[in-house]
Amino acid sequence: MSTVVNVGTDLLAEGVEAQAVDVVRVDWRPPMPGTDTDLATVVADPLRHEANQRAVAAMLGVTARLVDVAPASEVLGLERGQFLHAGPPIDWERASGPLRGALMGGAALEGLVEDPEDAVALFESGANVSLEPCHHRSAVGPMAGVVTPSMWMFVLEDTETGRRTYCSLNEGLGKVLRYGAYGPDVLTRLRWMRDVLGPLLQSAVRSTRDAAGPVDVTGILTQMLQMGDEAHNRNRAGTLMMMRDLSPAMVTSGFDTADVAESMRFIGGNDHFFLNLAMPACKLALDAARGIEGSTMVVAMARNGTDFGIQVAGTGDEWFTGPAQLADGLFLGSYGPEDANPDIGDSAITETAGIGGFAMATAPAIVRLVGGTVPDALATTRRMHEITLGENPRWSIPVLDFQGTATGIDVTRVCRTGILPQINTGMAGRVAGVGQVGAGLVTPPAEIFPQALARLAERTRERAGA
Amino acid sequence: MTDPSPGTTHVELRAGAYADSVALLQVSRTVQGLDGVEAAQVAMATELNVDVLTSMGFEVPPTATPNDMVVAIRLADPAALDAALAGVEEALKNASRRSEGGAELAPHRTTAAALREADPDAVVLVSVAGQHALVEAMDALDAGHDVMIFSDNVPLEHEVALKRAAADRGRLVMGPDCGTAVVDGVGLGFANVVQPGPVGIVAASGTGCQQLLALLDHAGVGVSSALGVGGRDLSAEVGGLSAREALRRLDTDPAVELAVLVSKPPAASVAAELEKYAADLATPVELALLGADQPDLTESAERILTRLGVPVPEWPVVGTAGPATGKLLRGLFVGGTLAGESTLVARAALGTVGTELGDLTGPGHAIVDFGDDSLTAGRAHPMIDPTLRLDRLAQVAADPATGVIVLDVVLGHGAEADPASLLAPALAELSVPVIVTVVGTSSDPQGLDRQVQVLAEAGAEVHLSNARATRRALELLGSNA
Repeated sequence: MSTVVNVGTDLLAEGVEAQAVDVVRVDWRPPMPGTDTDLATVVADPLRHEANQRAVAAMLGVTARLVDVAPASEVLGLERGQFLHAGPPIDWERASGPLRGALMGGAALEGLVEDPEDAVALFESGANVSLEPCHHRSAVGPMAGVVTPSMWMFVLEDTETGRRTYCSLNEGLGKVLRYGAYGPDVLTRLRWMRDVLGPLLQSAVRSTRDAAGPVDVTGILTQMLQMGDEAHNRNRAGTLMMMRDLSPAMVTSGFDTADVAESMRFIGGNDHFFLNLAMPACKLALDAARGIEGSTMVVAMARNGTDFGIQVAGTGDEWFTGPAQLADGLFLGSYGPEDANPDIGDSAITETAGIGGFAMATAPAIVRLVGGTVPDALATTRRMHEITLGENPRWSIPVLDFQGTATGIDVTRVCRTGILPQINTGMAGRVAGVGQVGAGLVTPPAEIFPQALARLAERTRERAGA
Repeated sequence: MTDPSPGTTHVELRAGAYADSVALLQVSRTVQGLDGVEAAQVAMATELNVDVLTSMGFEVPPTATPNDMVVAIRLADPAALDAALAGVEEALKNASRRSEGGAELAPHRTTAAALREADPDAVVLVSVAGQHALVEAMDALDAGHDVMIFSDNVPLEHEVALKRAAADRGRLVMGPDCGTAVVDGVGLGFANVVQPGPVGIVAASGTGCQQLLALLDHAGVGVSSALGVGGRDLSAEVGGLSAREALRRLDTDPAVELAVLVSKPPAASVAAELEKYAADLATPVELALLGADQPDLTESAERILTRLGVPVPEWPVVGTAGPATGKLLRGLFVGGTLAGESTLVARAALGTVGTELGDLTGPGHAIVDFGDDSLTAGRAHPMIDPTLRLDRLAQVAADPATGVIVLDVVLGHGAEADPASLLAPALAELSVPVIVTVVGTSSDPQGLDRQVQVLAEAGAEVHLSNARATRRALELLGSNA
């Protein structure tokens, strides 16, 4: 025995040190209030340890490749009047301003109404319209995450299993639909994306796939993390690497050269374009761990602007929800905290997979944008290792001696330490139609982790009784 | 929070603050010593601590939960409050001081995280409050490490779950409520300093193990390892799961010539199974299982020496107790097995001997273990915190019915730095004869000889053998019967 790990009274550590043996001290604190019994039940679950190992291995085993771009109506079977949105399920009545704004713009894009403002009555009546979370259709949506049948979707595939995930094309920043803006400029851009960008990307992705093999999105994530992107609020390197892979096929597509140039200018000028590939890549990996009985690993964190929800590998597709929090960060122009809507979007799937806020240390260029400092960023990334089951050897951070990012958020460790997952996020305006007002840092509401733990404990007891 | 009024008390709740019971004991002591402070208690608001605070005359707000820290101070002069509170802050800061070095890296918050960087042979030492111990210990087993659980008040079903998980993973769970272990020559918990030697011990009894270590050391026999398995391991519910694994390990250790299994009175079926298991091992096993009509620990030590061909020495006694003053035997122990052994020896001679705290002032003979779970919930073990026993000692000595008092003092790493000097002033004032067993080895940090000397000078008769000490007390009572 060369080392003793001491958890508890320091007197015992001192006794060991007095005998010239190394001691590692654990800075133990009591768990979140009321979780003692459930923690003991879940931790003693004979399935847990192996289930978590399988969950982490399944997640790390996935390689996401970009295999197609196609309209949501084709790949998701989305029909006229069906709307997808970010986060856990919600109805119009409880929907926040930015989600309402995005739904109104989406209704106009689909021609359900002439003027987006008219959509309010449509959604209030509920006739011939339905809302459903993106996550329920293997998709993820940034911010409001509204997807309508005519929107084009990236299609990612796990080569091994053929499983697929989907995400819409990124519109850029500022006044955009996903932030709840629906003015004429927003609709004009969406129509151009539908009529020009989507078909061009489909052609380029398909011919690249068929000639050189599909773009390895997981591989680009590996490289961009070493180039200063954390792949949530900064995707500059990733966007350019994707362009590098697709641009020959775009140029030779036979499409109108002005349209090709405009498309390349649009993608190159939008540092967030790759976010909509990072997100479904993360979902593809995390979905591999869904439904592993006994596993305490979080497989989704998502917000609809009203509620923050998580899903856990060992509890099927059940959502555990609490009120979405306001982000702490910096504001655009003259906007202030009173203009911001509570946290919104499926993009926390990046943190769930171990990048974004979990990889802040690799992106010093944006720490100030989201209201942090470089030492904070290093400390945050290190702190996330306290609540995760493993590390991702592919996603490593140079400044931390190439340590892999913290991967596989463990409900039990969150409840034990009270450390909440750190999320980098954009801030949408509270009022429908405003758009983006800032960016910052946010955490989930603490109570959803004890909720998930209680359900895990209930299942453990049911199994033991059966 | 209540505002201080002249000459009264200050009670303050700090939600979410946390420090372990030993650290808070040190803080309380420091604050008690400040100018103008009459009484002070800084403690987590566990049920037991709230009782203690109430008995001290403090009013604890009913909203207090075990996750809140209570700072309670009684002042002679209300003007001293600010200084006292500053003293609390300073003491808390010192108590939470961590070792120097690696300051920019925050320490890990869970055992699992700490183990990611630990050596493969690292042993985990758990001493968090009992209801939290399973979670940390399971981290150790999941990561493939042995674990010693010092914590008491660990629910029985947690112990069974941990030991079953350990059996699946080929790991050893020492404890819970395991005070003593020597692993690879390193003492963990309350461990005496021993020379390496031919004996290996498996102990379902902390102070029983220490008594053997002390007696063997006196006879010049070393011990290569002592694996504590917890007082309940040989119960029917646990079934000796850890004892089995520990014996298996000793059997594979070439340094061990003779293995010893020492336990509090075991479940008969478990004892029988373990006896069968031991018989199949290559290494001979000496069973030292306490119980009525079983050999006491001193006799077991003598048997071990005989099996090893080592002559049995005289067990030392220093000082001479005077005649009994009353008719009753009163034992105040910090060692559970020492209390148990003493009770077995005394019952054989006296018949009924009470073991509850209330019995110490009752009409009969009584021997109490102050380290019992019911007396340590939310506070430090009496080997670290002597307050409760010292209070009761004065009470018992003042009772004219008391004839002889027997006590134990346990030395070694982890125990009080100078227990004799804390006990001696109290002993010096007593007219009742006091017999003390000092359990320790010549290499213990407290200095065995010096501890014995200080106690003898305070008037006690000091033994190394607990069984002999108890018999001596009976002899004194006999002359008074």
